[in-house]
Amino acid sequence: MKRYTIFVITENFIGLLNRITIIFTRRGINIDALTASESRIPGVHRITIEVTVTEETVIQLVNQIEKIIDVIKAFHHEDSGVVYQELALYKLPVSRLDGGLEKIIREHHAKIIAAEQDFVVLELTGHKEKTRELLELLKDYGILEFARSGRVAVAKRMLTIDSFVN
Amino acid sequence: METKMRGADIVVRSLIAEQAELIFGYPGGAIMPVYDALYDYHDQIKHVLTRHEQGAIHAAQGYARISGKVGVCLATSGPGATNLITGLADAQIDSTPLVCITGQVAAHLLGTDAFQETDMMGISMPATKWNIQVRHVEDIAPAIAKGFFIARSGRPGAVLIDITKNAQVDFGEFNYQPCQEFRSYVTKRPISVPALQEAAALINGASRPYVLFGQGVILGKAEGALKDFLDKSGIPAASTLLGSGALSEDHPSYVGKLGMHGNYAPNLLTNQCDVLIAVGMRFDDRVTGDLSRYAKQAKIIHLELDPAEINKNVKATVAVLGDCKDSLTQLTALISEKTYPDWMAKFRTLELQEKEAVVQHDLTPTKAGLTMGEVIHIINRYKADDAVLVTDVGQHQMIAWRYFNYKKSRTQVTSGGLGTMGFALPAALGAQLHDYSRQVICVVGDGGIQMTIQELGTIMQTKAPVKIVLLNNNYLGMVRQWQQMFFDKRYSFTELDNPDFIKLAEAYGIKAQKVGERDDLQEAIEDMLIHDGPYFLEVVVEKEDNVFPMIATGCSVEEVRLH
Repeated sequence: MKRYTIFVITENFIGLLNRITIIFTRRGINIDALTASESRIPGVHRITIEVTVTEETVIQLVNQIEKIIDVIKAFHHEDSGVVYQELALYKLPVSRLDGGLEKIIREHHAKIIAAEQDFVVLELTGHKEKTRELLELLKDYGILEFARSGRVAVAKRMLTIDSFVN
Repeated sequence: METKMRGADIVVRSLIAEQAELIFGYPGGAIMPVYDALYDYHDQIKHVLTRHEQGAIHAAQGYARISGKVGVCLATSGPGATNLITGLADAQIDSTPLVCITGQVAAHLLGTDAFQETDMMGISMPATKWNIQVRHVEDIAPAIAKGFFIARSGRPGAVLIDITKNAQVDFGEFNYQPCQEFRSYVTKRPISVPALQEAAALINGASRPYVLFGQGVILGKAEGALKDFLDKSGIPAASTLLGSGALSEDHPSYVGKLGMHGNYAPNLLTNQCDVLIAVGMRFDDRVTGDLSRYAKQAKIIHLELDPAEINKNVKATVAVLGDCKDSLTQLTALISEKTYPDWMAKFRTLELQEKEAVVQHDLTPTKAGLTMGEVIHIINRYKADDAVLVTDVGQHQMIAWRYFNYKKSRTQVTSGGLGTMGFALPAALGAQLHDYSRQVICVVGDGGIQMTIQELGTIMQTKAPVKIVLLNNNYLGMVRQWQQMFFDKRYSFTELDNPDFIKLAEAYGIKAQKVGERDDLQEAIEDMLIHDGPYFLEVVVEKEDNVFPMIATGCSVEEVRLH
């Protein structure tokens, strides 16, 4: 089993995401993370799916996704084939803040993006390993909430969406 | 010329524009505007009222399989729509082109649990090639155009179009534009020349090559190309369940049928060939048995239209992606003319073994009870060359398939992939309504017929001259066979107390006869086949006969059993 990023270039139609996810449901495969957004081309969406499976399985998944009528193109990469980023938010109670936090923020290049009377929110972008590390440290500060985005990624391969979209 | 008309009229005019001549359906609240419009166009498009939506969709499937056209069916929202699901799944897995139109509650009621509202998009998604909900009148014609194109092109499949009631009653422009292509959907791929050359080299160097052909040959209209390929190559060829009819069984290269209850030689020798050429088939588990012991010795050439089928179950040495009519034709040009007498003789020797161990007991039994096989054997003698055999699911399906003599393409209708009991009666009706003059023989078991027996009413109303042959063993026979073989004869809920089928058929005004003696069988079948109109023949067969050969679950093709 390996971690793969599946890229799906699709038309922006209602229900398409559902059609994609039932391919995973039917085979009992858990999606680690999923993000959907517009692409550089109007009307064309891109969906990024992170999944931990065997190579054989990821090929089957991509073939089945690409078979969906309104999917323009689907392909997969190992982690080494993509540049990816994730974003994490941490909500901390003000009552627990102390001098040690400054060091943690500096060392992890985290940012304070909101500060209210009762809480502050830190933001960190980086790979899962990094955001998880910060989460562990912040547990000592009585962390109230933690949220992490799915992976947003671009392939290293020098192929552009235009080559799939006529 | 553009004219404003009701959405419901646009639905019907669009169907007419797609050359839908015969559609099947059942009215109800949310589809009533379309039914109202059908009233005006009854001279241009015929509608058959079935007795259940499942009957409508299986009839549309039978119609599509025989005609090669897109089957069309109509249903209302809610239960009408959900009753289509089995048929959608069946059509999708067997690559049958189908467009189903369902009514839906008005757009402003969507998501409110309105009367007869169901999430048809969500429910039908896993069972369709494509589905769409239309909420505005101007989107109706483009959706139908796209739906027909998707249903019939590429690897055919099931399409569902859900149209809200407001879209049906609103007025809009009608200017029908058929759909030819769109950017996310590739229907035709150029055949890879290097792949063809590699395939040809493998074939030319082979000493025991073997062709397996499936329904792709029929769907791709490649029957002639297959015959030419076999004529030149001299390679033995076996058929899958749905491929039957793609090659006449009288062809010298034809060696029989594949799969769990196929023929002995074709299964066994799969593990002795050196080059396996799969044409328009998908290596279903009922064909391959245990995959880890399937044709491991062979180089595999896979001629297939659907890229997702390549390497799905069996890894191809050479995959030739594309229309098998094109690839077979080009491949034929690249191969040398050959014969394989020793290899072919192996098939014929094993065929004789099967004849002695199984076939003669099935076709010319000496014991008292009638066999399903002898019924089919006599039908073969009297049927027309282009007679259509429609079967349900179970023992009778396997026996009828094994012994029916397929001579022409598009003469076989059965539920292959999904194994839908209750399929045969409505599917036979649909096949018959495509062509009243064609002989359509519906072979069905006593379990399956009772799942959709209400369609006798549709046969009565349409006077479709379907010949129904009920093989009655008062059991769910295939399940009983498995209980006997694998569950220590614990016949758990498989015995049936049946109604008087003859009275039932007669109540529907269908001429009926019951046969229980061998001496009466031939005459009864003759009577049935010459009868002008629908006919119901009940044959009481041996209660506990089994279907052989058989590859038990988990076994390899070479472990095919004769008893």
